[in-house]
Amino acid sequence: MQTAVDTWTNSTTAPTSARLLEIFRSMMTARLLDEKLAALYRAGKIHGGVFLGKGQEALSAALGQALRRTDVFAPLIRDGAGRLAFGETVVEALRSCLGSPQGPMRSRDGNVHRGRPRDGYLPMISHLGAMISVVGGMLLSRRLRGRRGDIGATCIGDGGVSTGAFHEAVNLAAVEKLPLVIVVANNHYAYSTPIEKQTACRSLVDKAVGYGVQGHTADGTDIVDCCKVIGEAVNRARAGEGPQLVVAELLRLCGHGEHDDANYIDRRLKETTIGRDCLDVARETLQERNIMDAEAIAQLRAEITREIESAVQQVIKEGGPDPFAHDWCALATRRLADPPL
Amino acid sequence: MSITYLNAIREAQRHLLETDQRVLIYGQDVGLFGGAFKATKGLAEVFPDRVMDAPISEDAIVGTAIGAAIEGLRPIVEMQFADFSTVGFNQIANNAGAFFWRTGVPVPLTVRLPSGGTSGGGPFHSQSLEAVYAHYPGLVVMTPATVSDAYSMLIEAVTIDDPVIFCEHKYLYYHLKADTLEPETLPAGKARIARTGRDATVVTYSAMLHEVLEVAKELANEDVELEIIDLRTVKPLDTDTVIASVARTGRLLCAAEAWPWGGVSAEIIARIANEGFHLLDAPPRRVNAKDTPIPYHPDLWSIHRPAARSILLAVRELLRI
Ligand SMILES: Cc1ncc(C[n+]2csc(CCOP(=O)(O)OP(=O)(O)O)c2C)c(N)n1
Ligand SMILES: [Mg+2]
Repeated sequence: MQTAVDTWTNSTTAPTSARLLEIFRSMMTARLLDEKLAALYRAGKIHGGVFLGKGQEALSAALGQALRRTDVFAPLIRDGAGRLAFGETVVEALRSCLGSPQGPMRSRDGNVHRGRPRDGYLPMISHLGAMISVVGGMLLSRRLRGRRGDIGATCIGDGGVSTGAFHEAVNLAAVEKLPLVIVVANNHYAYSTPIEKQTACRSLVDKAVGYGVQGHTADGTDIVDCCKVIGEAVNRARAGEGPQLVVAELLRLCGHGEHDDANYIDRRLKETTIGRDCLDVARETLQERNIMDAEAIAQLRAEITREIESAVQQVIKEGGPDPFAHDWCALATRRLADPPL
Repeated sequence: MSITYLNAIREAQRHLLETDQRVLIYGQDVGLFGGAFKATKGLAEVFPDRVMDAPISEDAIVGTAIGAAIEGLRPIVEMQFADFSTVGFNQIANNAGAFFWRTGVPVPLTVRLPSGGTSGGGPFHSQSLEAVYAHYPGLVVMTPATVSDAYSMLIEAVTIDDPVIFCEHKYLYYHLKADTLEPETLPAGKARIARTGRDATVVTYSAMLHEVLEVAKELANEDVELEIIDLRTVKPLDTDTVIASVARTGRLLCAAEAWPWGGVSAEIIARIANEGFHLLDAPPRRVNAKDTPIPYHPDLWSIHRPAARSILLAVRELLRI
């Protein structure tokens, strides 16, 4: 699928055609996959909720693309695009969303709570902010064992930054000068709660000063700006400049989950630049820069749609877990499992 | 020369740092200062990279240790007091405890909790939280009561591939001494019969073991012989050893310093009622702390927590003597 070529991301932060194309492909795949998931949800084919990333693909994919496969990545709710850019396949994403026992979480966890820790891809727990310090610990471990050059990256929202876990973890990462990039998607709402009820800061990037870390802002609807700003933050982290806080402004162009019509979002905000659809902006950018023309984009779209359709068929065939044959031991050390009652 | 329970914990950590490059000690003031109780005294001098001071951030401390553990280290987190581990509770219970089940990747993490009451400790420096952690799947919970166990179980905790909550008792830190450090050979998950007797079984752990031993000594003068079980590990719970003992004595008392509601004592009684009801000659009993926050004044505290006096009364009622 996507192969990140290191020379693209290391040498420069410039949004080269190759990088933009990779990011765009992940964005498009994520959008089409999200649409498929929404349809499956409405058809009653999905257990639990569906949480989509519509409007946040540029930011998320720019991060996933800027990372190396040896880095650590802890994405969050709206990072379908970043996950794909970091190397997750459509089949793998669908396995968790449809509960296939062949997925990395083996039906034990689902939807956005998926990852492969051995590959540096961390599965979030629901509790917002909790994964940041875990990424930090992985980086600390690598430092202690003399493995250098890797960075960690993690995502959070304008609501998640209000948690104690966020505060503790960012402060600790700053104290230890860990090579960590924290990307805040400020979509101005945490579920229904507007940003004014989360923070009294003028801008969330002001928090960077308080933690003693470098702060960056990005237009989350613009693929070029996301690519540039995140590339810069990643390079600085890799160069040993310590944690980098990136705050991107955008809007969530969907409900909090597919159960939510998001009628609380201020209409006036939707008419500003942050209300733009980053996929439309990216499409225009690629055309303007002669990276892809409309026909090539339509072809790509058709190709990805076919890939998703066949992945859905495959994963549905995989079925669900057998609860009676399931291994109900929560410990790696089986002899220490409490005897079943 | 004698060695205290606290020395044993320090020596276990020294041994671990010496023999295993993967061991990392992380916590507040654990570095050159040597920890609030001096459980890491002298270690940072020898292992400066692997004995690290942390900010006052229990959530991030545990989160960091989880990350380090899944990346191949064997971190030991020192909470300054067990009571403050509630700030890191989410990471312990929801992240560390669920991680292996969710991903198949083990989290070999040890969290040391300086637990239990001491005179004047008050509501927030005295708690015994073993039942709280035992409630969550995916965690092993140890409660050593002897100098040997403090040493050997801590070493074992670090070799276990799962998160271990190591509840060490602050009262025992200085009060409990042994002449030599005899490594314990019983593995985690196995209770020890600390005293054999025919008349009643008393199940206990941690500092309460010593209160119960005192009661047994006193009752021996009256020709009453208590059998005492030191659980050592509260999760997993060695139900087999308890049932076998109750089969011999027909009577059961549980004595624990923690609060009563949903605690280790309640769990043992539930299991024995379920699996060994026919063995019982009397209703099983328990002695726990009172269901209030832990009082500051020593006169209140001495009544709040179970002690030899209240345990003796409960044994008499159990035996109807
Ligand atoms: C600690 C915690 N509290 C509450 C929740 C429930 N919750 C899930 S998502 C969410 C809103 C998050 O908002 P934000 O961080 O802005 O991210 P967004 O949904 O906008 O991407 C809430 C309250 C949670 N997951 N974790
Ligand atoms: Mg938000």
